[in-house]
Amino acid sequence: MITAAHANNPNPYIQGTDLFGYVGIEAVLDQMRRKTIKAGLEFNIMVVGQSGLGKSTLVNTLFKSKVSRKSCTPNYEEKISKTVKLHSVSHVIEEKGVKMKLTVIDTPGFGDQINNDNCWDPIVKHINEQYEKYLREEININRKRRIPDSRVHCCIYFLPATGHRLRPIDVEFMKRLGKIVSIVPVIAKADTLTIEERHEFKERIREDLTVNGIDVYPQREYDEDPEERVLNDRIRESLPFAVVGTDKEHQVNGNKVLGRKTKWGIIEVENVAHCEFANLRDLLIRSHLQDLKDVTHDVHYETYRVRRLNESNVDFSDLSRSARPLENGCADKCESDSHL
Amino acid sequence: IWLTSIRPLSLAGHVGFDSLPDQLVNKSICQGFCFNILCIGETGIGKSTLMDTLFNTNFENFESSHFEPQVKLRAQTYDLQESNVRLRLTVVNTVGFGDQMNKQESYQPVVDYIDRQFESYLQEELKIKRSLHNYHDSRVHACLYFISPSGHSLKSLDLVTMKKLDSKVNIIPVIAKADTISKSELHKFKIKIMSELVSNGVQIYQFPLDDETVAKVNTTMNGHLPFAVVGSTEEVSVGNKMVKARQYPWGVVQVENESHCDFVKLREMLICVNMEDLREQTHTRHYELYRRCKLEEMGFKDTGPECKPVSLQQTYEAKRQEFLVELQKREDEMRQMFVQRVKEKESELKEAERELQSRFEQLKRLHADEKSALEEKKRLLDDDQSSFGKRRAAAQLLQAQSLTANGKKDKDRKK
Repeated sequence: MITAAHANNPNPYIQGTDLFGYVGIEAVLDQMRRKTIKAGLEFNIMVVGQSGLGKSTLVNTLFKSKVSRKSCTPNYEEKISKTVKLHSVSHVIEEKGVKMKLTVIDTPGFGDQINNDNCWDPIVKHINEQYEKYLREEININRKRRIPDSRVHCCIYFLPATGHRLRPIDVEFMKRLGKIVSIVPVIAKADTLTIEERHEFKERIREDLTVNGIDVYPQREYDEDPEERVLNDRIRESLPFAVVGTDKEHQVNGNKVLGRKTKWGIIEVENVAHCEFANLRDLLIRSHLQDLKDVTHDVHYETYRVRRLNESNVDFSDLSRSARPLENGCADKCESDSHL
Repeated sequence: IWLTSIRPLSLAGHVGFDSLPDQLVNKSICQGFCFNILCIGETGIGKSTLMDTLFNTNFENFESSHFEPQVKLRAQTYDLQESNVRLRLTVVNTVGFGDQMNKQESYQPVVDYIDRQFESYLQEELKIKRSLHNYHDSRVHACLYFISPSGHSLKSLDLVTMKKLDSKVNIIPVIAKADTISKSELHKFKIKIMSELVSNGVQIYQFPLDDETVAKVNTTMNGHLPFAVVGSTEEVSVGNKMVKARQYPWGVVQVENESHCDFVKLREMLICVNMEDLREQTHTRHYELYRRCKLEEMGFKDTGPECKPVSLQQTYEAKRQEFLVELQKREDEMRQMFVQRVKEKESELKEAERELQSRFEQLKRLHADEKSALEEKKRLLDDDQSSFGKRRAAAQLLQAQSLTANGKKDKDRKK
């Protein structure tokens, strides 16, 4: 029995049909799940912000292990470097059979100099280099079965908790990088703001973002359906997340919780009434991990690819035309003229 | 950039990225899945019925005639849904396969169809502005090859066709209308088929053994290939249930009874266990092979003549130069041809002119001749006239003289 799903389909030949009994199509979900688990995943996260904002601590808290550069370098010194350098650290972490190769890219020196002009250049360069590497692999004739993905999936930008507005360096950085990577701004060391101050600060930041035309993750235009839009709107309304990070545990009401102990109380990191760390973690890892990767692959990478292919005038769609014999000399000449 | 060596770390608590497979699955549920099956087999062998039985539905089918002049392919796309999984299924059937007198070219339309789907995917992938995640993947994921239940061996048409297709698509051979073969004959038939395939070097699809969860069942199933299937959409009551079956006077062949035929095994393998693997193999093996061959055919290489890596860009620039040079050559050729044509036309015209001129001269001469002839006549006539005039004048004079002489004589007499 053929149901009339014609009405919704613009294509005349596609029909909806009813199934009379069990077929087993839904088993494909399991197959997909198994394959993903077997293949493992790669996730590359970049943290950007001035020294002392707690970037390394936050990353360690997010992934509940010592993933940051600070914890891995044998002779780590808290020196402020003279230029912005990028350091990349990779780990393999596993949870319930799912293996993840996590790469954390740190940017020491960002915003630390007296003159911070163009301090985002090394970062932009690094991001584009990763896209370039992937592109080169993709256009090879003999391609690898799985192209190693070193593209930056997410960039967490740390805003100092001034309580006022975005600073010029913040605006400049996010404007430029918002176009090539998914930025997630967070308010660092948020335990210096009261709840009201936090709200006002966030509102002002959101205003500044809109005024400057900065698009942070999750971007409005990539919402695929109304459900997703509702979900993402809720997230957008609470951006940027005010976070606190720590790796120390304390006893609160008989439970061990991650928290920062101060004389006036214990700030529980995973308590949503205290700070928004849990929201950030849920967004990044539990609900939007795949989406971050998809947006990077389908949007940012494609934009880079289009730009790159256009500027070196490598028009691949011409490839097939040159292989076929010219049937009408004049027509092809016109095409090649427009191409030149 | 400096990297530390990659080392495994242990987690101090639940992070939550184990939900990634679920996130991926959810995304796929929203987008839906695509699956394309190609059925090759002679007319009337039961392709459409098997598809109906496999997917438990009634696809729009109509019987084909046996008199098709050439093998054609007919593709139909359907949207199926089971619980929350949406599947866009495309079933491609051959029409007229095995009906022609001369079957030498029978495989060609099939190969062409498969290549066309690869080509359009490749075109999309090579575009500058592309939309791969929205692309309706029409590449053939599985090819069911229907073998006639002769009980002896494969036909040469079967071997030739399968050999041509084995590097392009995942072939799953099935023995159709298996209720015409007895169990013992079937066993021998299967062995014969598999040994013929092996000895002819035909690579059929092997169910994958790398995932421990399914390796065991896949190994068993690999040993049951090719599956002997019976298809039916009609239901017959057996015991107190209605089952899909074919009713004969001598008994009822139940489609879903594993001791009657291998239909359930086929469904298990094709859909429940290996659908994702079929799609993956198509993309990572068959499509990559096609892409590699196509690009190499067009002159692209990864390494240059001194085995130094040549970027696609350089090769492309070189190709483009070549292309432009050829274009220029073509243009010159056309120009030359044009000039040639003009010359020819000119000489033709000159020739015609000359001819015209000579005809004119000839006519002129003719006229001149006639004119002189006429003048001659006129002169003669004039001469005649003048001599006649003279004679008349002479005669008149004579008459006048004789008259006067007569008058004088008369006068003399009267005196």
